[in-house]
Order: sequence, then structure tokens, then C-alpha cells
Amino acid sequence: MKEEIFISGRNIPHIDPHLAIWEFPISLYLFLGGLSAGILLFSAFTHLLNKDEELKGASKWAPLIVPFALAIGLFALIIDLGNPFYSWKLYTTIRLESPMSWGAWVLLIVTPLSILWIFSDLRKLFPKLNYTKLPFLFKVEDFCVKYKKQMALALIPLTIILGIYTGILLSAFNARPLWNNAILGPLFLVSGLSTAAATIILFAKSAHERHLFSKIDVLLIVIELGLIIHLIMGYYAGNEMQVEAVKILVGGDLTTLFFGFFVALGLLLPLVLEVFELMGFKVPVVVPAILIIVSGLIFRVLMVEAGQITRILY
Amino acid sequence: MRYVMVIDTLKCVGCSDCVVACQTENDVPTGYCRDWVTESVTGTYPEVDIELRSERCNHCDNAPCVRTCPTEASHIIEGGIVLVDRDLCIGCGACIESCPYDARYRHPDLGIVDKCTFCVHRVKKGQDPACVSVCPTNCMYFGDLDDSNSKVAQLLAERKHKVLAKEAGTSPNVYYLI
Amino acid sequence: MWGAGAAAVAGSLYSVDVFGGNKEDFNYDRPDLKRFPTYCDVCFWKCAGWTYVDDKGTIKKIIGNDIDTHSKGRLCTRGTGGLGMHFDDDRLKTPLIRVSKKGEKSVFREASWEEAISLVASKMKDIKSKYGAESFALLKHGAIGSHLEHLFSAYGSDTVAEPAFAQCRGPRDEGLKLTFGESCGSPEATDMRDSKCLVFIGSHIGENMHNSQVQEVSEAIDKGVTIITVDPRLSTVASKSKYWLPIRPATDMALLLAWMNVIIFEDLYDAAYVAKYTTGFDELKEHVRQFTPEWAYSITDLTPKMIRDSAREMAKAAPATLIHPGRHSTWYGDDTQRTRAIGILNALLGTWGRRGGFYFNEKAKVPKYPHPEYPEPAWKAKDLNVNLLFANQGVTNEVIRASIPGEDTTHQVKAWMVAGTNLTQSVPTEKNLMMKAIEALEFLVVIDIYPVEITGYADVVLPECSYLERYDDLRNSDFRTPSIALRMPAAAPRWESKPGWWIGKQIGLKLGLGDYYKFNDYTDILDWQFKQMGTSLEEMKHIGVKNLPRTSGPLYIEDGAEHIFKTDSGKIELYSQKLKDVGLDPMPVYTAHEQPPKDYFRLNYGRAPMHTFSKTVNSPNLNDLRSENALWVNPKVGKIWNLKSGQPVWLKNQDDVVSSFPIKVRLTERIRWDSVYMVHGFGQKNPEMKRSYGKGVNDTEMITKLMVDPLMGGTGMRGNFVTILTENPKETV
Repeated sequence: MKEEIFISGRNIPHIDPHLAIWEFPISLYLFLGGLSAGILLFSAFTHLLNKDEELKGASKWAPLIVPFALAIGLFALIIDLGNPFYSWKLYTTIRLESPMSWGAWVLLIVTPLSILWIFSDLRKLFPKLNYTKLPFLFKVEDFCVKYKKQMALALIPLTIILGIYTGILLSAFNARPLWNNAILGPLFLVSGLSTAAATIILFAKSAHERHLFSKIDVLLIVIELGLIIHLIMGYYAGNEMQVEAVKILVGGDLTTLFFGFFVALGLLLPLVLEVFELMGFKVPVVVPAILIIVSGLIFRVLMVEAGQITRILY
Repeated sequence: MRYVMVIDTLKCVGCSDCVVACQTENDVPTGYCRDWVTESVTGTYPEVDIELRSERCNHCDNAPCVRTCPTEASHIIEGGIVLVDRDLCIGCGACIESCPYDARYRHPDLGIVDKCTFCVHRVKKGQDPACVSVCPTNCMYFGDLDDSNSKVAQLLAERKHKVLAKEAGTSPNVYYLI
Repeated sequence: MWGAGAAAVAGSLYSVDVFGGNKEDFNYDRPDLKRFPTYCDVCFWKCAGWTYVDDKGTIKKIIGNDIDTHSKGRLCTRGTGGLGMHFDDDRLKTPLIRVSKKGEKSVFREASWEEAISLVASKMKDIKSKYGAESFALLKHGAIGSHLEHLFSAYGSDTVAEPAFAQCRGPRDEGLKLTFGESCGSPEATDMRDSKCLVFIGSHIGENMHNSQVQEVSEAIDKGVTIITVDPRLSTVASKSKYWLPIRPATDMALLLAWMNVIIFEDLYDAAYVAKYTTGFDELKEHVRQFTPEWAYSITDLTPKMIRDSAREMAKAAPATLIHPGRHSTWYGDDTQRTRAIGILNALLGTWGRRGGFYFNEKAKVPKYPHPEYPEPAWKAKDLNVNLLFANQGVTNEVIRASIPGEDTTHQVKAWMVAGTNLTQSVPTEKNLMMKAIEALEFLVVIDIYPVEITGYADVVLPECSYLERYDDLRNSDFRTPSIALRMPAAAPRWESKPGWWIGKQIGLKLGLGDYYKFNDYTDILDWQFKQMGTSLEEMKHIGVKNLPRTSGPLYIEDGAEHIFKTDSGKIELYSQKLKDVGLDPMPVYTAHEQPPKDYFRLNYGRAPMHTFSKTVNSPNLNDLRSENALWVNPKVGKIWNLKSGQPVWLKNQDDVVSSFPIKVRLTERIRWDSVYMVHGFGQKNPEMKRSYGKGVNDTEMITKLMVDPLMGGTGMRGNFVTILTENPKETV
């Protein structure tokens, strides 16, 4: 038996008995970041493939929520800082080694870009909008319409970086064995895309679009499941600390949440429902979509919390 | 110049004087600490042994906290001491997450991240860190490892020793004599 | 190189500086502080240090005084954290007078010093006129003791006792006196820094943070000392030992006798020393012939090889071997005799008065500030010790007994002044005698810093200020060389609290004892004393400590020199005629003590290095290090009893006494399966001690069976057995 205790009664808030420095706001930030990245990525692709009109949900409607999602996400991040009023100091330097740093920079670029992106179509969606009192907005609109393709080309790499970043932010910490796994970046990207596809289903304006994104989502969920298996196998194939860490997900305190709520209710059930729907059964399409979106958030809450419970043993 | 701390676990009694000395020297708020003492028990009665370790920031050569800091608040100064620049720190917590030793905490009043400084303000004046200077068992040593005549260099040359979480690859600068 | 421009050397490779961020080192400099000398009052060791204060007058830290030979310039955890006593807002703030009647729930009202002191003085006069001053007893501990002893002597009472005797060191001191004619004193005159072999018998040095001793053990470890520890628990020092003897509890005497057997019959003893300085060797040899390691094996669970090897190791290093006599020695009622056995072993190895064994300590001669002769009391606390022939001072339990009407005692006690000791936690009694005594008292005044449990029973409570806020007697320490130290205030007393000397003086003045208090401020006395000793208060304020030269001769017995021991025979008494003459065992014998019944565990208790008994558990700084005690349980027991670490449990002892609060289990391989262990001092019962109230269990509460030492009245406390309750017994009733 090995017993390890603190003699001098360490009981620092949010550090002991295990880290809880990052709480729900960070999970929400990662979730909204991934969701926004996914929506923008799909939107950019539809534009580049000239499917704007055919896939209005993806190209025009779903992106409307992105600036708000990003704003809420950034707000969540900032209130989670110890020194929120100093958050501008993130932009005094670019630190490529620090995911927090380049993530902040990517967001700084993507957020205004997302506003410009939806601005190009805003009056088409809301015909009553009138900029006569702010005439310069017409010029902005002209600019957005004129450079939409370039924006799309820029968005593709930026949103992929943003999507991966939400995972790498965690996997960059080798002090937290559960996070320190190279699959986390792609997994978070795919999960973000999947929640984005589900959101687009909710916004879809035609059965055709709904079906298309159901198919895409089925594919993404299958990939995500593959990555999760890969993730778990990776821990088992890892060192003692990773083997110890994965116990928290498999047979530990968070097993129900992970397998029950995330894998079963959040991935497998919507997968089955969407497949049924594609096969022609009548399934209310909102159900799998919402399950996917909620489970995406649960997944991030879970990973943020579980990762902080695991530590390097010495 | 390479400052290291060498701690003799064979002499440490776990009294935690180092902890309270640090707290009073550095105005660490009540309920928080920059150093702490761990007891590790191995074996089965009566074949049982304990190791007592005064732990703190390891002032790693390859410091993950410095790498993951988005604002360059965490930095390494000459001699290898890892510090947090309180004017740059935004309290994002990335360094806290990155530290394998859980050596950092968020200051409850200032919002910035705080941790052991090797008492840099004392070291500048040629004094030992507060924890070292107070230890009733004299089990802690501080000095320049690059100076082969220093007590720390001699102890590491003569005695069996280890560092914590070597596999994390951080190249820590706090050594434990075992 | 430390200049402000020192650039960051790492982190620059991959970073692009956008706005030329601030690369200057953060300024970690600390403000300049003023310092005032003090010597620590957190425990009885009295290490000298400096209290540092910032320009706003706030105490920032306490650091050892480098020139103090007594503490070697270092304070322990408690000394460094001593400022918590100053800052603790739970302290007593004003004098309090009870308004509720006896037996009712205590209600106090705040009172002025004038009123409270007048009340105390009038009660003292009242008791004196009704029963004689001797019926007013003083039960005390710590620095305030001398101020109040002066008051009581002037008043006419020598009914004084402290738990430090009958609950702690008494058996050890008397045992050593019976053997060597003198005790090892406090701090113990143990020459550990030069020991080559150190033997600790149940003495958990390092967990007891006796500063200079811990430092010397550490120094000895550096020099390659061999440590032998006898303890049923893997104590901290046991983990640093070459030989850890995990003895069955309560069987130490068998081991000591077996060790004597090996040392004598393997001719390992110091024959020249024994011949020259001891008496009774032949009787001892005959006496221990039968106590072979094989005999001891079945009693102690220690193998004969282990016993022989460790004995040989001790002999090999002799005379630089120290078999430490311990300090808290009230264990099983045969404690004076056990200390005799330890003394005899030391004598056989020739360690008394030898380098690496015991040295001869010396303290300075401090002139007493002149005052009229004290009146001679009609009787003294000692006179209560009728059957305790070797109790040379007041025994707390006898004073308590004398306070209960109808108890068979020579004299009656009617009132107490209790100062600096929380009696309910420091003095265990059988059959609830403590409460019976408190109920019978006509008057109880308690002086303390904290609202500890005993204050709840008082008629008047007087708040003493912390040691950082007052002058006190100069420290005169017994050590290799004498040294004196000054304690002066670094801050004003908080709230209405007052220094102990002031309280004593005010009561004295009200009693009309002004002739004994011919000074304005305590500094008058200190300055007078310091000047007599060749220094002054002014100089002491700057140096804090003055080390004085030794004048009493060498530290050790010089080779082959004559040495007269202070015993009747002038020699070390291996065989004690003195004991024989009064019908007691002239040489130690083994008595089997009761072992725990089924489902019960022996309750062992000890100390944590960051606390001094219950005195520090509420201090913000030290409470922060450890806020409650844990119940150490062997994991095998834990498995059978289905216990988990961290689980709260209640304890019930052999007399069906249930603990007031739960205690958290710590499953650990460091303890035997037949005993449990906890740190003493926790389980505070007064809710006003906010940080410590209800945290952990007070071991004293579970000690309701005492194994009283027939020689000196020591209250052996280690014969109590507890069982573990996993459900709150108060809820099931």
C-alpha cells in the first residue's frame, strides 16, 4: 500500500484536493468556439461550392448565431480570468507555444470576420433592415459581398485552427494525463463540426438540406466514435499515469456521465435516430440534433473537469 | 549560474516550518501556500518506510508554465528562477494547469497567479530563501549548481538523489536526497 | 547581473513581441521592517527571536535570533507561526464576569478591569479569612506562572501545581533524581549533536518539535549517528532509524531489562565507569539475570536478535550513546521506575557526564528583585501528596481531589486560579472528578489568551495579551552555556487584554500587597536585573540575547576524575536503598499491563510538530497547517471494520465515554493493529474558538482511567482502550 498525504494540510481553493481552476465558463467557451468554427466552416464551403441558395440554413441562417456564440464564449473566458480587466494583455504578444495565446489571436480574427460574413447576406434575410441612417454600412455591405469568396477562403483554415484549438488548449498540458493525448485536437474539431451540423439541421430550410446534414452528421458521429475508441485505447497503451487517468472515465466517478450521457445518449442514440430518419422512418429531426448539441457541451464539461482531476504521479 | 534547491529527505521531519516561514515572508494569504510538505508511506507494517518532502515550484529548465503562458508573465530570469510578472499576468490559469507539481495558485485578492520565487528578493541580497534559512533540521540547501564548490553541488555529487516527476520532462531544479 | 534590465532568457524563441511587452523583472522586493526582540511563548522551549513590524505597526514575521545558542538562531514551525496568536480574532477581549448561576448554562457579561480585579481580590480576601490563603490554589502553565506565583507567595499560598509535573515530566525527573541525584532538566541536557548512537523509547522527537533537540538530532544524522527507536508506531524518528523496534505497547520495561541483561552478560558495559561511579551493580546483575532477550520476546514481540543487535549497537558507540529519557512520561503508572531503568542503562554504558551522552548544564544567576519576605504558609501543595513520597512538588490531581468535599485529603481547597492551561484538556481525571471539583469550588478565576473550555466554568475570566504584546521575565536558559534573553512587546495589546505581570500586580495592589510591587512597569525590574548582570534593558533591546560564559566547570566528567553525584550515596544508584527503605522496588521490575479487550484498541496519543497541545490549534497560521487530528488505524483493521480514510468516526472508551465530536480515520501502515493513535490538543469544545471548535477528538476526554504512579502521582494515561463507532451515537440514542 502506498499512502500519500499532505502533512501541512494544503487546502487551497480550486487547487486541492484536485484542480478546479477551469470551470464551466471554460467548457462553454470551448463548446461555443467549436460550434462556431463548425458552422462557419460549413457556411464557407457552401459558398465556395455555390450552394448558397440550395442550402440556406447552412450558408445564411445558422451563421447568424456565430457572432453571438463567439461573444458569449469570449465573455465566458474573460470572466473566468483572475484579472478580467487585464485581458487585453493577451494581445501584447504572440506566443506560438501557448495555445491560449494563439487561440486568443485566432478568435480576434475570426470574430470580426464572422460579423462581416453574415453582414453580406443580412438584408436578404431581413428585408426590413435599412441602413439609410448609417449610410457607411452600405459600403461595408458592398465590401463584404465583393470579398465574400476571399473571406470564405480565409475562414476555412481559420475555423479548422479554431476547432482544433479547442482541443489543443487542453492537450497541451502534459501535467494532466487525461488531456495529454494528441487525439484531443481532432476529436474536438470533429465534435465541433458535429454540433455545427446538428445546429444547421435545426436551421435547415428544406428537407433536402436536412437530409444532407443528417448524412454529414452520421459520418461525423462515426468518425467521432472512432476517435473516442482511439482516445481510450491511447490511454491504455500509455504510461502508468494515463492508465490511472482513464480510470476516471472507465469505471470511475465520471463513467456514467461519459458513457451514459455522452456516448450513449449523445452519440449512439442520435446516430441511430438519424440513420432511421435517413431510411425513411418518421423521426422528429430536432430530437437527435438537440441531443448532439447538448452532448457536445456535456463532453467539454466532462473533459475539462476530468482532466483536472488527473495528475502526474510521483 | 544555476540556482537549485537540495532537500535531504533523510533529515526532514515534516514540521512545515518552511511553509509558515514562506507564508509570513511573502505575505501569502491565509489558506494558501507556496510550499508544502508531503508524506509518502510505502510498505506494510512493520516493513514500512516514509519519505517526507518539502515541495514547491521546481523552477524547471523546461518550464511548461512559461511555455503555456499567453502573455509572457511567466518567465525565467538569470539563474533559472521562474517568476510571474504581476503586471502581465491576466490570471488565465493555463500555467496552473500546466504545472505537474500543482505549485501555482490564483491569488484570491490580486487575481494573478502566485508561486514560489525562491525568495528572489532575499537571494539578490545573498541570503537563502526563507524556507531554507528557517529549517530546524537544516535539511534544505540552496545555491549555485554551476559552482562546483557550492554545498548543493557537493551534495549532489556525493549523495543519491532524485527529482520529482522526472518523466514530465521539465528538468526540475529542486533535488531530493534519498 | 540582478539589475533591472536582466532579460528573460527563455520563452523568447517563439514569441513575437507586439507592443514591446514589459520584460523587466517584477519587483519582488519587500519593505524594510523594524524588529523587536522576543523569546517564544508558543511552547516551553523559549527560543529567542525577532518580531518584525512594518511601518504601519503590523507584525509581519518572527525570525530566530542568530546569536541565541539556545535555539541556534532558528525557530520551529510554531515559533515562526507565533504571530497567529497576536492576530487571532477569537481571543478573549475583555474581562468577563459570570452572571448565570453555577450549574446553569454559562452567561458572562463584559466587565472593566477595575471591577474584575476588585472581585478577584475580594474573593481572595474572603477565602483567606474563612479558610486561610492556602485554600486558594494556583494551577498554571507557562510564562504567566512566575508572576502569579509571586502574587500567591505574597498572599500566603503555596498551593501551586502544574500539569507539567504529574501529567508530563514528573516521573522522568523523579526517576532520574533517584538514580543520578538530579534530572536532565529542560531543555534536556542531552548531548545529542555528538552522539554516535541515539535511542528513543516512545519519544517521537521531530513530532515533538523541541527545537534545539531536533536540530541536534539532525546534526548527528549528518555525522552518521545510529538511531534506535522503540515505538509501536512508525514515528518520524523511527523512519530515520537503523533499528526500529515495533514493540507491543506497554511492554517497554521488559525490553529495558533485556537490554540490561545483554549489556551486562555480554560484558558490554563500561566497567571502569560502573566501578567508579555507581553502586549496586552486583545486585543489578543478579536481578536481570533472568530477563533474557528470549524472555522478553514473548512479551514485547521483538525478536531476541533484534534486542541483542540493538544492545550491541548501543554499547559499540558508548559512551557517546544517549538513551533518551523522553519528556512526557506518564504512561503506565510504573513510569518513575521505567525512567530508572533508562537511567540504569545509561549508567551501564557510562553516558552520564560524557560527550555524546548527558552533559552538565548551567543557567545564569539572575538576581531576584528585592521584596519583603513571603509569609510562611501553614501548608503547601506538596503536603497533599501524603502517599506520594517522591512527588517533590504540587500534584494537580491531588489539588483537584482536595477541592472535593468528602475526599480523604489532609487539607481542603476552596478556590482556584487557573492560568495558561485548559485543565479539561491537560489534566485527565477518573470518575469525572474534575467536574465535581469545579462544581464544589467557591470561586474560580481563569486567566488565558483564549476562550478555552475551562473559561466556561469560571466566575471571572481575565484576558491575558499574547507574548508579542508584553514584557515578561527574562529568559534564563539551562544549556551548555548560560544565556539570557529579553521579551518585549512588538505591538500594543489587542482589545482590553493585559500582560500577566500587570494582572498579578493589580490583584496584589488590591490585596494590599503593595510592598511586593515596588515597581511601576515591568521594565523597571528587567532593567535592574540586566544591570546587575552587566548589561541593560537598552542594550538587550538591541541584541535580544546575551550569551554568558560558563562558570560551573567542565561540561563532562573529565577522564577518571572524581565526581560526587547528588544522591544519598554520592554515586549513581543502580540499586536504590531509598526506595527499598520505603518498601518499594529498589530495582525496576516488569509488570504486565492490561492489553485491549476484543474490539478495543489502545489509545495512543502524541504531538504534531506544528502545534503545542491545544494552545495553538486556533491560531490562524498554525490551524492553516493542521486544523484537525486524525485517527490512525492499521489498514488490516480498516478492512475488517470496513473503514475508509477520511471517514468520520466516533470513539467510545472502556468506561463507555463517547467522544464529543467525530474524528477522521487515517488508514496507515505506520501503526500496529492493536492500537490507534491521534495527535493531542484537538476537539475544542468552546464554539467561540471558531477555527478549531469541534474539529477532531480531544484524547484527554477519552482518558478516564489513570494508572497512578505510586512514587510521585504521575497519571499514567496509556491504559485506555477505545472502540470505533461509525454512526453518530448521539443520533441513535
